[in-house]
Amino acid sequence: MSAAARRALLALAVTGVTAWVLAPIVLIALASFTTRSQLYAWPRSVIPDPWSVETLRFFLQAQGVLQATWHSLVVAILTIALAIVIGAPAGYALSRFRFAGREAFRLAILGTKMFPATILAVPLAVSFIQWGLYDTLLGVAFVHTALALPFAIIITTSVFVGVPFELEEAAMTLGCGRLQAFLRVALPIALPGLAAAAIFTFVLSWNEVFAATILTLRTRTLPALVMNAVGSAGAPADFRFAAGFFMIVPALIIIMVIRRYLLTLWGVTVR
Amino acid sequence: MTVAEQPLDSPAPVARARVDWLPYALLAPTLVFLTVFFVYPMIQAVVLSVRDPSGGLTLRHFQAMVADTYFRGAVRNSLLLSAIVIPLQVILALAIALLVNTRFRGHQWFLYVCAIPLGISDLAAGLVWLSIFTDRGTLNMLLLWLGVIDQPIAFLSFEEPVWLYAAIVVTEVWRATAIVMVILVAGLQLIPKDYFETADVFGATGWRKLRYVTLPLMRPALQTALIIRTILAFQLFATVIALAGRIVPVLAGEAYFQYSLYRNPSVASAYAVLIMATSMVITVAYLRLLRGREAEIAT
Repeated sequence: MSAAARRALLALAVTGVTAWVLAPIVLIALASFTTRSQLYAWPRSVIPDPWSVETLRFFLQAQGVLQATWHSLVVAILTIALAIVIGAPAGYALSRFRFAGREAFRLAILGTKMFPATILAVPLAVSFIQWGLYDTLLGVAFVHTALALPFAIIITTSVFVGVPFELEEAAMTLGCGRLQAFLRVALPIALPGLAAAAIFTFVLSWNEVFAATILTLRTRTLPALVMNAVGSAGAPADFRFAAGFFMIVPALIIIMVIRRYLLTLWGVTVR
Repeated sequence: MTVAEQPLDSPAPVARARVDWLPYALLAPTLVFLTVFFVYPMIQAVVLSVRDPSGGLTLRHFQAMVADTYFRGAVRNSLLLSAIVIPLQVILALAIALLVNTRFRGHQWFLYVCAIPLGISDLAAGLVWLSIFTDRGTLNMLLLWLGVIDQPIAFLSFEEPVWLYAAIVVTEVWRATAIVMVILVAGLQLIPKDYFETADVFGATGWRKLRYVTLPLMRPALQTALIIRTILAFQLFATVIALAGRIVPVLAGEAYFQYSLYRNPSVASAYAVLIMATSMVITVAYLRLLRGREAEIAT
């Protein structure tokens, strides 16, 4: 194959894949800016005519949506706090120390990545009723933290590996304690990476459907509310499109922000 | 770009003579938390599924699960959808990974665009494609514009099981190819350039290089991607409900309906245990099936 033909083929493949990924997102955005009556018309134009925020406004004003959005934000922030406070020390330990049981711990972390919400949610719902955590935002945040912890540990490990230990040692020879050296030298350098871990945790929590649906009744998060509206309450199509669009917008922005860490987060090979 | 495995494999060499308790203290919060919110519920799932109200052992929750009208359909759909979706995802992901690896100008942006679905939930993805496949959706409008139809086709109805399946498959391939792709891209980056240079020296080109050099070296990454993707395929739930309601029952969806609709945590737990057992069997099966002689080269 000639070099020009190769280049053309490459360009074609890249354009095709890009269109495949982006087109559905563009289409749901267009549907969200179409008026409700237009959405049910036949034939209807794919480009909104006229452009309107009526459908999105109807969704946002629907019973419980704003409150559920608020709940989702609270759960996500609680999850971030818990995942970082619990996971970052473990990530630091994995990056700085060789110790007996290190490999076993790493394997356990990989294992927890693989058994997600579907298995945990039902038994935890039963326990949460006894513990008084059922239908609470803290309860949902605990489950999301269990799901986010392996990722928080993996990303913080890679972040601290990137911060030379020599800097901490230098601080210690200059009279800092172990903790002080960490807080004043390693932590500031590691902050951008920790922020990425926090943002990823946000996406995970914001998107989680199964556990949030099982573990709440009135205190719904946004995915749980939408799941209920779609799965059993028979919400109208325009509500569904607006909900889909509204839920993916933050994720789109966030994936772009943490793009440097995508491979670290997900691209781990089990040996 | 960060190489995936490098951080975990190369801890800072901190030599210490005596046993240091500090790393264990740092791991303790994680271990305690995961014991309460991970290990305990997994055990609890098994307990709930085999315990009768008086506290004795019973199989009747499993019998109730198997006897349920939706059970056989759920098993069939979960298996069939996995069998269709996963090969498509792996092939597409491999193609994207190889495209990224040609390092054309802008390959980084291409990688980010392909990774976008990583940030989209199964529920949202289902709703995105609902707007395309629904009666008044984009696909019907396209077909009308092309002059293929003059009345909308009900793609997502009970009468059109093939279309319904196709819609679910397309949505899942769109949503979850990204995870396979990211694992494969990371795997490709771990392969030392020398291998490809050697292959070039010996005159290997195109397909032969892919077949005899790239693919064998990617075996660990492919194995990981297959395991994670298959386990996640059995979690499939919100996408299907968004597109098909309960017309196409799946295992995780039935766990949801048993708990939320019938208030039956024991049968829901039986489904959870079935999903857990299936995931474990699949993991072991992949590890055995894909363990070849070449695997050692790559590690």
